[in-house]
Amino acid sequence: MTENKDIIEFLNKDEQKDLLRFLTAGSVDDGKSTLIGRLLFDSKKLYEDQLDALKKDSERIGNAGENIDYALLLDGLKAEREQGITIDVAYRYLSTNNRKFIIADTPGHEQYTRNMITGGSTAQLAIILVDARKGVITQTRRHTFLASLLGIENVVLAVNKMDLVDYDKSRFDEIVADYKNFVEPLNIPNIKYIPLSALNGDNVVEPSKYMSWYTGISLLEHLETVPTKIDHAFDQLRYPVQYVLRPNLNFRGFSGKVASGIVRKGDEVMVLPSGKKSRVKQIVTYDGELDMAFPPQSVTLTLEDEIDISRGDMLVHPHAQPIVARNFEAMLVWMDEDAMDVSKKYYIKHTTNTSRIRIDNIKYRVDVNTMEHSEVSFLELNEIGRVVFTSAKELFFDAYKDNKSCGAFILIDPITNNTSAVGMILGEVGEDQIHLEDDALILNLAGLGIDHSHHNAVLKAVSELERQGIRIKVIN
Amino acid sequence: MSEYNLSHLKELEAEAIHIIREVAAEFDNPVMLYSIGKDSSVMVRLAEKAFYPGKVPFPLMHIDSKWKFKEMIDFRDKYAKDHGWNLIVESNVEAFESGVGPFTHGSKVHTDLMKTKALLDGLDKYKFDAAFGGARRDEEKSRAKERIFSFRDSFHQWDPKNQRPELWDIYNARVHKGESIRVFPLSNWTELDIWQYIRLEKIPIVPLYFAKERPVAELDGNLVMPDDERFPEELRDKVEYRNIRFRTLGCWPLTGAIESEADTIEKIVEEMMTTTKSERTTRVIDFDQDASMEQKKREGYF
Repeated sequence: MTENKDIIEFLNKDEQKDLLRFLTAGSVDDGKSTLIGRLLFDSKKLYEDQLDALKKDSERIGNAGENIDYALLLDGLKAEREQGITIDVAYRYLSTNNRKFIIADTPGHEQYTRNMITGGSTAQLAIILVDARKGVITQTRRHTFLASLLGIENVVLAVNKMDLVDYDKSRFDEIVADYKNFVEPLNIPNIKYIPLSALNGDNVVEPSKYMSWYTGISLLEHLETVPTKIDHAFDQLRYPVQYVLRPNLNFRGFSGKVASGIVRKGDEVMVLPSGKKSRVKQIVTYDGELDMAFPPQSVTLTLEDEIDISRGDMLVHPHAQPIVARNFEAMLVWMDEDAMDVSKKYYIKHTTNTSRIRIDNIKYRVDVNTMEHSEVSFLELNEIGRVVFTSAKELFFDAYKDNKSCGAFILIDPITNNTSAVGMILGEVGEDQIHLEDDALILNLAGLGIDHSHHNAVLKAVSELERQGIRIKVIN
Repeated sequence: MSEYNLSHLKELEAEAIHIIREVAAEFDNPVMLYSIGKDSSVMVRLAEKAFYPGKVPFPLMHIDSKWKFKEMIDFRDKYAKDHGWNLIVESNVEAFESGVGPFTHGSKVHTDLMKTKALLDGLDKYKFDAAFGGARRDEEKSRAKERIFSFRDSFHQWDPKNQRPELWDIYNARVHKGESIRVFPLSNWTELDIWQYIRLEKIPIVPLYFAKERPVAELDGNLVMPDDERFPEELRDKVEYRNIRFRTLGCWPLTGAIESEADTIEKIVEEMMTTTKSERTTRVIDFDQDASMEQKKREGYF
């Protein structure tokens, strides 16, 4: 019976744990899979049979000599086990006494940058590995730049393989100074520097016996204590309507995930794009009504008034509206083997909204290794650029740096259906920056002899057509 | 700010509900694959939550290999009836009638025909363009790399090297006619999360998960429970009664039992936390070829 009590206590405690999503990035030889394997191993998550299989694999194809090759734990796919490199994002799950972790193990190899972007999009923290012998290399800069592009606020520079430089403090200091120099302009709010040896376990879970000069905490301790939420968009309610729930004539609910901000019962809300206002009547869930909801809760709202609302619309507080516009610019990462075709009208998926989009202008391409800008006429796989767009209908967005969930989008190729690119919105742009050869249809009111008394009606019809993706330029 | 923090389980629940609704909103004809197992039971509950107070707007499909435990089928039928589910049951009748089974044809042929082929035929028959599965990334190495929205070509094949990038919570649901997406709302759940959720939500599960005295025979190191008369004559003298339970449920000849005293969820979790074997070791099908799960997934198996 006492055992049963212990397990109930364990379960009750486990239930309360929060979640940290982090990513590990490094080059093929920096030992990042080894580091994750070590984290799993030392936190005793590894089951014996996984360990048995690992020992067998290590003898056959291991790259770690006499030692267990922890990387084999993670490199699941047959092809990459043969090549000895991680070719895609692999997710791992770790639980400690205080927290649960979702680890995205992402490849460091150049041609697979898109996978680091994939693994990093939901990460709250990035561990960037460097080999103490090599120090900060091109790849380190690239991973750090990508982490900052994704808006990851916590970065750990894990200086690995300290055992191979005799646990030398001056070597560590040199690498840290080098990195600080480069990272400063990227404005990453929280950076931690930790010297470690993943292979031997120094400073991974337990403090190292060989680096008494390092007085900071171990990597796991940092992961367990770093704040999981830094919510800048606390005051900006963004509720993209995902699904309209209409089980019977008496119930009309708007299901969605709170993207940012807090919604309370009784709040006045505005519907975009219509601009109509109402109040929140109920916040409905299977487990009962709530008084408030916050990210990332998935709920269903009902409103006091009957308003026509569909998927893709957004509920916001009237005093804190997002930008509503069709012309905007974004940092774009090209993810497709097929290069960008500026004449193609890609689909854009932004929150729950889908539209067609036109590429107006590429301001520059950023070299991820040197951060230098250059002029290009299109982007190719793994290239990043600052791009100006016009969407077929209005989007409701915020700058990605202020509000990730309303600043992020993907582009889908209309022919292949591939996810061709992903973008992070910088902001709205003026009409002067968009394409000159406007393909909008022209409606000349005076030329057609339409009387003033009809102008409002015509303009209203035009704006509805615009919402549906048909561009009409009205000349008054 | 702590008042606006969710526990990990509530966060996983919210993520799954968001995924399920996204599928209902973007696809014409989705289906939820229901295996009767514990993960499926959790997934079904999440679907019920996603559309409350409405009904789940898509059917459930069970691929019946005709070698499932009787208790699973009883549970399935009662559960579907109690919850008013639109349940479709599909089998490879042709192979069944020609006598295909694990004892006579081995686990590979049986799985190919009675599970994979039956599944693909079922998906084609109803022209489903999206199919939910209850797989978790922590179950097995190749699953750890699969997207939540996992694209399948018109032959239902998965290409692990050519997966669509998947970022934030924005899922690409666009497919051409004949192509489809497998959707895994429980991707980020662990085995412990599943048990914890079953416990907190009081989700009914098949009694075979709980320990009881049952007949078993030791075959190739696995404890197999004879569930019907198809159990081979010559093995019958091996049968003895032991206290056992199942960590996963599938075809009875291919699902090994474990000796256990765990007859409550709490005891199961306790056993799990102290056990030295991960849950898929009791599945014969993972071991019949090198990298075998990846191979099966490429061919369309879940």
